[in-house]
Amino acid sequence: MTDVAVIGFAQAPGERHSPATTNGVEMLVPIFGEIFKATGLTKDDIGFWCSGSSDYLAGRAFSFVSAVDAIGAFPPVMESHVEMDGAWALYEAWLKILTGEAEIALAYGFGKSSAGNLRRVLALQLDPYLVAPLWPDSVSIAALQARAGIDAGLWTEAEMAQVAARSQADARGNPKAVAARTGGGTGDPGGEVAELLSRPYVADPLRAHDCAPVTDGAAVVILASGGRARALCDRPAWITGFEHRTDSGSLGARDLTVSPSAASAGRAAGAARAQVAELHAPFTHQEIILRRAFELGDQVRINPSGGALGGNPMFAAGLARIGSAATEIMSGQADVALAHATSGPALQQNLVCLMEAVDPALTGRRLSAR
Amino acid sequence: MKQRAAVLGTGQTQHRSKRADVSMAGLCREAIDRALADAGLSGDQIDAVVLGKAPDLFEGVMMPELYLADALGAVGKPLLRVHTAGSVGGATGLVAASLIQAGVHRRVLAVAFEKQSESNAMWALSISPPFSMPVLAGAGGYFAPHIRSYIRRSGAPVHIGAIVAAKDRRNGARNPYAHLRQADKTTEQVLASPMLWDPVRYDETCPSSDGACAIVLGDQAAAEASDQPVAWIRATSMRTEPTMFSGKDNVNPRAGADAAAALWESAGITSPIDQIDAAEIYVPFSWFEPMWLENLGFAQAGQGWRLTESGDTEITGSIPVNPSGGVLSSNPIGASGLLRFAESAMQVTGKAGQHQVAGARTALGHAYGGGSQYFSMWVVADTPG
Repeated sequence: MTDVAVIGFAQAPGERHSPATTNGVEMLVPIFGEIFKATGLTKDDIGFWCSGSSDYLAGRAFSFVSAVDAIGAFPPVMESHVEMDGAWALYEAWLKILTGEAEIALAYGFGKSSAGNLRRVLALQLDPYLVAPLWPDSVSIAALQARAGIDAGLWTEAEMAQVAARSQADARGNPKAVAARTGGGTGDPGGEVAELLSRPYVADPLRAHDCAPVTDGAAVVILASGGRARALCDRPAWITGFEHRTDSGSLGARDLTVSPSAASAGRAAGAARAQVAELHAPFTHQEIILRRAFELGDQVRINPSGGALGGNPMFAAGLARIGSAATEIMSGQADVALAHATSGPALQQNLVCLMEAVDPALTGRRLSAR
Repeated sequence: MKQRAAVLGTGQTQHRSKRADVSMAGLCREAIDRALADAGLSGDQIDAVVLGKAPDLFEGVMMPELYLADALGAVGKPLLRVHTAGSVGGATGLVAASLIQAGVHRRVLAVAFEKQSESNAMWALSISPPFSMPVLAGAGGYFAPHIRSYIRRSGAPVHIGAIVAAKDRRNGARNPYAHLRQADKTTEQVLASPMLWDPVRYDETCPSSDGACAIVLGDQAAAEASDQPVAWIRATSMRTEPTMFSGKDNVNPRAGADAAAALWESAGITSPIDQIDAAEIYVPFSWFEPMWLENLGFAQAGQGWRLTESGDTEITGSIPVNPSGGVLSSNPIGASGLLRFAESAMQVTGKAGQHQVAGARTALGHAYGGGSQYFSMWVVADTPG
């Protein structure tokens, strides 16, 4: 198979209430400029474009059509769109490079989560005949999942608060994290956990710190095939595993305390080899589920960016995890980095991308066709 | 290195205004079961699923593939959801093909559906958020000025659209799955139907349909292992341009022309009208037949209507267009593009029944969407080439 690497990443600063329209253009144009400047590329170098977004988040049909205006798509471009997080758009872009139809591909995701009442909007992802009419919102469903794990003895509220404290501390060092600009946390992990646990529930057993902030934002990642990646980037993040799976859409048919789709994708991609992992866990207990699904030991650094708890722009946050993990490689911080994206209620659908610093041309460690 | 890919089987639902007898899951399952049966495969032999549909607001379900994961047979497998406006059915087929062409999977299921009766498409298209360009609800009203411009530029006689509509409705009567089946439709009847958006009359516009389509695609080994005839994918192409910009040509959009040029070059086709035996082209309003014949390179600019008028686009003509009855006979929006792709495969595998084009060996599947700005197309043939 063709070697493919991430060679660039940019993200819009996460915002609680962006003044931008829901079609993404105002958030995308600056980060397209940023990534082109950093990589030395122009839009004419991009052989394939793919985006991820949601009409329901935008409150209109065909929102992604307007986003194309951010590209400057004339002369016409080879382009596609998924109604999913941009991480899956990156997967489609990766396919295009593997087919040989493109050498350089750009994926972007955008979401103005503040445009509606997010937790109620997400209730419309559920079975429209039997479940959605009851309006179980996304935070309440996550709370059911957290409660199931606590009752089963799989995690505690204190362990969840530890995830929150660590994420808040890391987010404060990430200028793109919405949490970095809105404060929160004392900086003392020990004291902070006790303080966090004294706060009221939002949806028992979830407290505010257990839930990702509603965030507006966008992200963009550029992929390149082997030869182009070596020429364009000193230390490309070579993709050596790229897998995704879904679980059932029926909440009652799932054991919510585990994530079989994440575990299966992780095993196929070799996730357990990671030194650092960017996990898309919009709720603290979901990070615990994912660490176990991916068999990540205590030595693995989790979410140095602050993760989704530092900022969770819908339809961009998963792609931003891949970009953040790739940055760990490109900057020399790590040699093997794992990125994860999720979609749907209670971690229903999961994607993993394993990236490595060592050039696959030297090791022969590369994806093989099955 | 691009791997070979082929269509192993196709399936579609009975398309109707309201399929109140099935849920969305049941609708998809009807098409999937037929596609698997046609391919001689079972669901556990599928490696990955790609779902396509037009805006989620058309049914009122956000990302319905999540709820449909079980019905699609996708649990434990990769599931992708494509949305590229009206071209989405075509794009769904192309993404599924790329999963095989990339060497990632061996057998992939592509599914596309629309269940318009669950919600209200006009409402979905009418929402106008602040500071955003309106979608201009009512596709007929949006496209009618482009058609008038085509008539003015080409000098086409005003009855050309009616010829297309009568032909596609008669073709639809040969297709057991078609929503509208009007075996005796005449050009005169079409011309006598009420004017909706001048020059588009009632009989010249597509219906609103509930329906689904499914395609099973496989790699070379899977194709060679099949005991059924398969349709080899010879070339694929996609292009996008903005909805509106200075210099936009809505009659002959450059994105469509560029996509076609790339398609023909990739397929090794130098004269489409001579080398394509059947064409399933996305024609939601009658006049788009001559317009797309020109955009695709079957005729010179301004000359496409002559192929329609001469009867060359009839099933028995030199370039049969929409022998299935096309979008004018069935329009489950999200599935309409994949139906074009499936019907092109049915033609080259000899499975098109009463609407089979005699001796068809190479066929075109085409879809477009948005404001004539998204184009997806493929060429399939009875041999790998």
